[in-house]
Amino acid sequence: NIFINNEWHDSVSGKVFSTYNPATGEKICDVQEADKADVDKAVQAARSAFSLDSVWRKMDASERGKLLFKLADLVERDRAYLATLESLDTGKPFLSSFFVDLQGTIKTFRYFAGWADKIHGSTIPTDGEYFTLTRHEPIGVCGQIVPWNFPLVMTAWKLGPALSCGNTVVLKPAEQTPLTCLYIGALIREAGFPPGVVNILPGYGPTAGAAIASHMGIDKVAFTGSTEVGKLIQEAAGKSNLKRVTLELGGKSPNIIFADADFELAVEQAHQGVFFNNGQCCTAGSRIFVEEPIYDEFVRRSVERARRRTVGNPFDPTAEQGPQVSVEQQRRVLELIQSGITEGAKLECGGKAPLSKGFFVEPTVFSDVQDHMRIAKEEIFGPVQQIMKFKTIEEVIERANNTEYGLAAAVFTTDLNKAMTVSAALQAGTVWINCYNALSCQCPFGGFKMSGNGRELGEIGLKEYTEVKTITMKMSGKKS
Amino acid sequence: MFDLKLHYGNSYLENSMFFCIFINNEWHTSIKGKKFPTINPATGVKICDVEEADKADVDEAVRAARAAGQRGSEWRQMDASSRGRLLHRLADLLERERAVLATLESMDTGKPFLHAFFVDLDGSIKTLRYYAGWTDKIHGKTMPVDENFVCFTKHEPVGVCGAIIPWNFPLLMFMWKIAPALACGNTVVIKPAEQTPLTALHTGALIKEAGFPPGVVNIVPGFGPTAGAAIGSHMNIDKVAFTGSTEVGQLIKAAAAKSNLKRVTLELGGKNPCIVFADSDLQSAVEETQKGAFFNQGQACTAASRVYVEEAVYDEFLRLSVERAKNIAIGDPLEPRTSHGPQINQHQFDKILELVASGKKEGATLECGGCAVEDRGLFIHPTIFSDVKDHMRIAKEEIFGPVQCIMKFKTQEEVIDRANGTQYGLTAAVFTRDIHRAMSVSAALEAGTVWVNCYNALHAQAPFGGYKMSGNGRELGEYALAEYTEVKAITLKLSERLTL
Repeated sequence: NIFINNEWHDSVSGKVFSTYNPATGEKICDVQEADKADVDKAVQAARSAFSLDSVWRKMDASERGKLLFKLADLVERDRAYLATLESLDTGKPFLSSFFVDLQGTIKTFRYFAGWADKIHGSTIPTDGEYFTLTRHEPIGVCGQIVPWNFPLVMTAWKLGPALSCGNTVVLKPAEQTPLTCLYIGALIREAGFPPGVVNILPGYGPTAGAAIASHMGIDKVAFTGSTEVGKLIQEAAGKSNLKRVTLELGGKSPNIIFADADFELAVEQAHQGVFFNNGQCCTAGSRIFVEEPIYDEFVRRSVERARRRTVGNPFDPTAEQGPQVSVEQQRRVLELIQSGITEGAKLECGGKAPLSKGFFVEPTVFSDVQDHMRIAKEEIFGPVQQIMKFKTIEEVIERANNTEYGLAAAVFTTDLNKAMTVSAALQAGTVWINCYNALSCQCPFGGFKMSGNGRELGEIGLKEYTEVKTITMKMSGKKS
Repeated sequence: MFDLKLHYGNSYLENSMFFCIFINNEWHTSIKGKKFPTINPATGVKICDVEEADKADVDEAVRAARAAGQRGSEWRQMDASSRGRLLHRLADLLERERAVLATLESMDTGKPFLHAFFVDLDGSIKTLRYYAGWTDKIHGKTMPVDENFVCFTKHEPVGVCGAIIPWNFPLLMFMWKIAPALACGNTVVIKPAEQTPLTALHTGALIKEAGFPPGVVNIVPGFGPTAGAAIGSHMNIDKVAFTGSTEVGQLIKAAAAKSNLKRVTLELGGKNPCIVFADSDLQSAVEETQKGAFFNQGQACTAASRVYVEEAVYDEFLRLSVERAKNIAIGDPLEPRTSHGPQINQHQFDKILELVASGKKEGATLECGGCAVEDRGLFIHPTIFSDVKDHMRIAKEEIFGPVQCIMKFKTQEEVIDRANGTQYGLTAAVFTRDIHRAMSVSAALEAGTVWVNCYNALHAQAPFGGYKMSGNGRELGEYALAEYTEVKAITLKLSERLTL
């Protein structure tokens, strides 16, 4: 159901939609479908929960922190159940859900719980007979739209800072994966958050999502998803009420492997960097630039590794890879693979849908990829690895930066100088050195260029969820 | 009231586990075989004997703390966020044991049980939870330096931190010290006051239960001139934090310098002024200033022992204060109706009455109290002096007892000068409804904390510490973290300069 004011509601229109298990193609259940009218109800509830004399606004900051800690404890309590639900709904291997997604979720809630009573303003020595201080106030009602690739983690990344800073929320999970997010609704209520502080509206982008982006009663929208839709959101925000916007969008992240890198490490990290989560990561290291001297061996070893990657039922503990999230995504990935073949890249392994049931795609490796090819330019969001050759540092930096994206990047080298200079030169919000996908809630994450606006996580993530008020008092007489 | 025997059985008081020295998560007897008694000041009866730490025991503790904090140790290898989990767990355990700890604290200090339960335990738990949240947010910086260098800082733990805490808020002061120290990754050797070792030692058991690695926290109950001095001058302790009298604070600072230049933070005494303007809410001002003067039997570094009242409202203020003071409920600390207990010991008791005598002798008017409660050991009546002049001993020296001095003033400039006319500078308060006055007086007062229309409003989120001889450095808030970290700047040379 739709979660508003700590209660479960049917959709105003009476519509429902289905959610499927991508490993089998079977329906899991029907879910109430939120549309504009439901968004209106949710915004009203969130607005009311945000009023100056509300329980939420009057609560000690440290109490907000306690509620977030309680929520983390409840997620931990129900960890196995949530991991199962997440795997059923997304197709990601259960062990991944349990050890990566659930861990990230719990840690993110705990991290932001700790910030709640440490959101500092300043006192400032202004000129003249004045005393100035700033308050970092909550923005208000925050609309949040989260994707289907890490439903629970993305929910934590959104709710954590928003609630820590004292906002109220209207959150729309992806239509492909509403289940774990809705379960969090129950835990939010159990933890003791006042009604209306968090409202969860499962539904579709063009209806519920658009309603959020253009709502006159929402003060800020945070979106994680494709660059294409991110642009629509920002446009709608501008056209409606200039709501504040943060965006976490796509990527075509370069992974640069120098000849002096730890070879084994680089092969494995490059492999995981692109294949993790069935390739469905905004950070996927989908352009691997390998220095000429080690190129052939690197391709050979990468192919060998890809062939060993086990694909199967997400609940099989030996399966490293599950299905893509939907038939649409599967088709899109296969279409891009076909373009790679057509445009002349060398298909080293994989390339097909291995099973008749479910939305699986084989781990696929292309070598001899040229920068102009679609597979080198477009975000694939599937288990497809592109390996390119480079000669010099200057060349590879330029090629790596030659994209409208700028989310993440990586450098593999044992040379200190190379590591520092290349990481400084790359136009990416996160640069990994001798690792990949090393994400931590303490560190800011976000995109350069068209990979996004603003940062999530870390202390800097708080900035996006506060509105700064400057208070200046006239002092009578010269102040000391 | 909490019956220890009922909860733990008769074995509790005979079980020597929590009355020993705590090193490496184990209970030790003193190397020299010494013990000392701890007394219940409400009854004069000994509660139990405690193992007495001296220099040799401090050496053991420091060895354990040093080993626990070595590069590669479990404590140093732990994720910063995991340190936070441990501090949270400790807070949970304090909550579980809240009634026991409040009872022990009340028995050991003489403070009313309800104060121990609702103030000391509340503050202790909140302080732990506050610092638990900081552990993985201790940020260094990267900075744009000239030429072809990359420069960034790390905020590392200082190392082995010695802590010496007082008897007035034993558990709370324990947490004010260990919470930021552990949050920043240090290891600790902490000496509770000889008058009040029990809650610290009970906490040792909880520290072990919470899962802190051995040696991270070590507790050495003992006396100042022996165990305390050993900490102050230890060559292998990197920092000492002391809360207590200004006199001893000076000794600690000198010892730190003479030994190994260990870093020093001090929270010392105060002679804290309240300024009550004619436009204040008078009833509220009376209540707050009185709480400030008499809370914890006046045994607080924040004690509001000087109240300056604007001439126009002086008589009324005095009248209301005396009336209120006479209604303070004195009694058995474990009794729920009691809000005023005994002084901590004979030494303090004598010192307070000596100062009261000086007040009478030097010509102040004794309005109420001024003597011991008949037939009641260490209890002293809440005492108010009026017509106090700034030169009198009771107006200048820290009394640390339930004695309030009320003085008259005419103008704002005059009272600011008189309020600042002291070597101390811990806290102060202003009572007024006028916004300009509130802002300008608080700006002018030389005190680390200035309260406006309130008193003793302390929070884990806000820094606390003294100007002038009331201390060095700040505790609580984000500011405490600076006192428990050592900044390392790392500068890398590159073959070319980086684009900024």
